[in-house]
Amino acid sequence: MTDDTTGTHGAVLQDTAPDGEHPLVELRGAGKSYGNIRALHGVDLSVHPGRVTCVLGDNGAGKSTLIKIISGLHQHTEGEFLVDGAPVRFSTPRDALGKGIATVYQDLAVVPLMPVWRNFFLGSEMTKGPWPLRRLDIERMKRTADEELRNMGIVLDDLEQPIGTLSGGQRQCVAIARAVYFGARVLILDEPTAALGVKQSGVVLKYIAMARDRGLGVIFITHNPHHAYMVGDHFSVLRLGTLELSAARSEVSLEELTHHMAGGTELAALKHELAQVRGVDVEELPEESDLQAPATASPEGKS
Amino acid sequence: MSMTRQAEPAVTPPPAPGPKANDGRTTRRTPVRRLLARPEVGVFLGVVVVLVFFLIAAPPMRDSSSMANILYQSSTIGIMALPVALLMIGGEVDLSAGVAVVTSALTASMLAYQLSMNVWVGVIAALAVSLAIGMFNGWFLMKTGLPSFLVTLGTFLILQGINLAVTKTVTGNVATDDISDMDGFAQAKALFASSFEVGGVQVKITIVWWLVFAALAAWVLLRTKYGNWIFAVGGNKESARAVGVPVNFTKISLYMLVGFGAWFVGMHQLFSFNTVQSGEGVGQELIYIAAAVIGGCLMTGGYGSAIGPVFGAFMFGMVQQGIVYAGWNPDWFKAFLGVMLLGAVLINLWVQRTATRR
Repeated sequence: MTDDTTGTHGAVLQDTAPDGEHPLVELRGAGKSYGNIRALHGVDLSVHPGRVTCVLGDNGAGKSTLIKIISGLHQHTEGEFLVDGAPVRFSTPRDALGKGIATVYQDLAVVPLMPVWRNFFLGSEMTKGPWPLRRLDIERMKRTADEELRNMGIVLDDLEQPIGTLSGGQRQCVAIARAVYFGARVLILDEPTAALGVKQSGVVLKYIAMARDRGLGVIFITHNPHHAYMVGDHFSVLRLGTLELSAARSEVSLEELTHHMAGGTELAALKHELAQVRGVDVEELPEESDLQAPATASPEGKS
Repeated sequence: MSMTRQAEPAVTPPPAPGPKANDGRTTRRTPVRRLLARPEVGVFLGVVVVLVFFLIAAPPMRDSSSMANILYQSSTIGIMALPVALLMIGGEVDLSAGVAVVTSALTASMLAYQLSMNVWVGVIAALAVSLAIGMFNGWFLMKTGLPSFLVTLGTFLILQGINLAVTKTVTGNVATDDISDMDGFAQAKALFASSFEVGGVQVKITIVWWLVFAALAAWVLLRTKYGNWIFAVGGNKESARAVGVPVNFTKISLYMLVGFGAWFVGMHQLFSFNTVQSGEGVGQELIYIAAAVIGGCLMTGGYGSAIGPVFGAFMFGMVQQGIVYAGWNPDWFKAFLGVMLLGAVLINLWVQRTATRR
């Protein structure tokens, strides 16, 4: 797949920064090769405070590689990666955390058997007392966790309960609340709604909006264009390791986004092939514009 | 990552009920369920049942000197069961723990005897060797990512072979020479293998050490950062790493803690018997693991306590001596223990399911 900038559906549109300052995180022509395999190539992406940047793409499109570069698990092999306008190269997730880039992984967010408050402070525990007797400040941690979770609208009866007994959506929310509390400026969410039901996805989307309203830059990775369109300010669609679309909210409709996600250009090509095969009805294939957009396209969770 | 709070939120989030407001969306778990959720509850109930059983079935058990004896038996298992339990909570097993005890005792004994030095030189060298073995286990494990069962099975076999071969080469015998007349022996014995009298009953010092270590382990596990990390690396290693827990440090240090336990028990054996049989220790590792599991530690990690294994080890000591006091054939000991183990596992399973059900 080459840089598809000429096709009908491959337009890479310019996104204007909200102000003249540097974006929190910026990728310029970034890419990553694993040996001979080019997993990601020529990707431009910028994350601004108080904005949600959605990264969409099918399986194998390079979404995981992209977040692994930003979260410090992998290094880019081409292009530039800038934080606050300065080039960086992270070697561990700790480096990324140090720059205020926190990642909430779909499956790695929490330790299921540990109580909620221990999970909340895991890796950044509050302590008191001099060294040989330095101990956890349990009271303060419980109180803070409770406050922070309530600020995010999560009410739990018992912070001692193992976090594994919470629902999937609640667990994601605890992880998001934790990242927000610990001073994250950029929040990377790796398919937070993938394993969730409709209602729980809604809850998570609400917290994404809430994190954005607190001034964080959010990178929201998903393969669900409907979820993306509910909270997104900018959309980047990845396909086969390259940017297929990069557009601000004002420049793209949900139908277009869905079409790109569904691999619209590929479907059109496929139509000719399928037409040769008897018994396959191709009449409806390209007319994706029939898709009904939801009545409300405004972001949820804003008050 | 800093502990600083985010600046005042730009927009006040809408649902912010008062800190303690009960909005009716939640119900509290009943106190009974909360109590049952503690890992050591199952084993505590088991200990009470077995204790009552033996107090009825074996009248000599009611004597306080019998109890001191049972506690002594329990302490020799219990001191090792503690670090093994912490390691298990941290998600790993150590099959070399049993023979590592003997390795430590052999090191101290042979080094001091062959070089005719103060026994403390041997004791310190043995500590270094034990910690090094633990460090190797942990380092190798983290470096390769292999299951700890395989890695420590390897060290188990290696140490077993070394114990025999080196001892035979050095002493020409399968046991080490008696070191009871060497410099520093009395001091070391006082620390590791003495006993004192309480109300006319001889109490071994290992019981005191056992309980001190248990209290320390319980405090560390529940009240310190390091304890939090132990639960985390056992519960979900990748999550722990992702939030900045030093996983390698935690696991390697846990193995070194087992090494420390092996050293302590090894020194106890050396200074109570004056000599060490090089072929011993095989199978003990499973006893330690069983005591930890009976004590409510989850084999797969992330769940358990330091108090549970104390009861687990006490169960072992009680059954071992109880059978003798009851006048039964002691050959049945292991069979009895097997049944206890399965029973304990079932109780733990039931307790956990009941407690964590929503």
